[in-house]
Amino acid sequence: MEWIYLISGLFLGWSLGANDAANIFGTAVGSRMVKFKTAALVSTIFVILGAVISGGGTTETLGQLGAVNALAGSFTVALMAGLSVAIMTQMKLPVSTSQAVVGAILGWNFFTGSPTDYQKLIEIVGTWFFSPILAGFFAVGLYYLAKKYLGSAKIHMLQMDAYTRVGLIVVGAFGAYSLGANNIANVMGMFVFASPFENMSIYGFFNFTGTQQLFLIGSISIGVGVFTYSYKVMTTVGNDIFKLTPILALIVVLAKSLVLFVFASQGLERLLISIGLPPLPLVPVSSSQAIIGAIIGVALIKSRENINFKIVGRIATGWIITPVIAGIMCYVALFFVQNVFEQEVVDRSIQPGISQTEETTTIELFSTQTTTNNSIKHYQVYLNNFEGNLLANPELLDN
Amino acid sequence: MIELFGKHKQIEVEIDEFLDHIVEGGLLFKKGIKFYLNHRLEEFEQRLSEIILLEKRADDLRRNIETKLYTKTLIPEFRGDVLGLLEHSDAVLNQIADTLVEFSVENPETLSDLNDLKYELAKNAIKASEFMVKSIRCYFRDLTAVRDNIKQVHFSREETNRIAEKYKRDIFSRPNLRLSHKMHLRYFARSIENIADDAEDLCDRLAIATIKRYI
Repeated sequence: MEWIYLISGLFLGWSLGANDAANIFGTAVGSRMVKFKTAALVSTIFVILGAVISGGGTTETLGQLGAVNALAGSFTVALMAGLSVAIMTQMKLPVSTSQAVVGAILGWNFFTGSPTDYQKLIEIVGTWFFSPILAGFFAVGLYYLAKKYLGSAKIHMLQMDAYTRVGLIVVGAFGAYSLGANNIANVMGMFVFASPFENMSIYGFFNFTGTQQLFLIGSISIGVGVFTYSYKVMTTVGNDIFKLTPILALIVVLAKSLVLFVFASQGLERLLISIGLPPLPLVPVSSSQAIIGAIIGVALIKSRENINFKIVGRIATGWIITPVIAGIMCYVALFFVQNVFEQEVVDRSIQPGISQTEETTTIELFSTQTTTNNSIKHYQVYLNNFEGNLLANPELLDN
Repeated sequence: MIELFGKHKQIEVEIDEFLDHIVEGGLLFKKGIKFYLNHRLEEFEQRLSEIILLEKRADDLRRNIETKLYTKTLIPEFRGDVLGLLEHSDAVLNQIADTLVEFSVENPETLSDLNDLKYELAKNAIKASEFMVKSIRCYFRDLTAVRDNIKQVHFSREETNRIAEKYKRDIFSRPNLRLSHKMHLRYFARSIENIADDAEDLCDRLAIATIKRYI
């Protein structure tokens, strides 16, 4: 029965797959450089890999913003984020799933009186502005590199066409991996603290945690979205802001994928820390915003006058409206779910004294060996007001 | 992957082969004109039959390339330009072949003292078509060299026009020639001139297509 609550997350995943795959393979499929079937298959495989292997980092950040800990609450948050995305899409307003989810989580925080980590919120909002700028810089750098090396390479146009096709698939695979790693938090992040799945061990060799199972299901729903609806988006989403050739599309998708990757990679985070550099926050960023930043970056150096600034303005407006609408919708929906349907939207036994202190404590439990399956568990448990509650709730250690 | 690159390589070879036909057609044309002016008509007819065969092969090759480019959805963003270039360059080869056929059919009475000038005219027109082929090859491989070759086409076309004008002025200034004869000779000069004009028209298209190819 608990499974039913996941439906809203799966809907959100479906919507993400339908829309965001177009950001990765839109130009490639639209210009018939890559067949839709190939694009859909590559997207699905790599979204699943990205989500299951590297999806943890951004999920932790969303958890720090608001640890939605009851399934009905998670259901409502995901449903309202998904609905706000659908409504805004219907109104032809550009929309970001990441922002809708953050808005909905904030709505849950306000409704349940859970503390909001404002430092984390500033960090997340900061990346909304920073990610398109970074994507723009990446795109400009890649554009100059491509211009320098492709211009002097003297490759036959037809050979270049073949290389571009291969490049679009490879970069698309990387883009899908990054999308899975970065955006799975949007789809399943709100269910992590109320996950209905138990940890599994496959023949004692491979550990499959409840969170990874959750991510697998979420990423499969993204894949279903890719297969069932993204073709329509890919072929109808034109080059609204700036007309892209397949090579420019390759540059733009690579720039966008790099941005999603740097904001999702725990490996890169560790590397930056090890060489004494400040790490980039692991935040689910909007792939649409990143790609818009990359397109504008290329357009600015290529031909400024061809940028449709009216559309850029509309997109920027959507960025502000989305979290606000999602937050309000979530707040109202939670009221109905709690008071009309009498569902528990927050588990206060896990979060007692929510309003007493807003201190967030992070506990890292490394290498917890179980004698039964001899496996190693790596968990990071984020608890609000941890002190005095962990011993009272030992089940937290198992999830 | 191997199939993908193999498919592209095959069309690349076919395009090169098609362009080779245009160059070969130009060389046959020059030979044919030379034989005609020297009244070596048997050799002229031999060259003519060769060029007709060549034109047919080039036509088949072009259609084959066009079909493959469309059915295999290759170079989608440049396909229109490439097809336009291939069709226009085929038209240049057709003009070369048609002019030689007209020599054979109408058998114009040439003036021996103007033979050198007429041959010079044919040589320059074919030079324009050869530079046209070079610029098309550069369009596929080396964009930076397209402009230089287009410049050479313009120069050869101007030179062809200059020689044609000189030739026409000369024949029309001769009072002892019949007007019909003068007009007949002018028609042939014009026909040769058209080869260079067609080559130049193609290069105008090519210049725009080249701008579109820069990333």
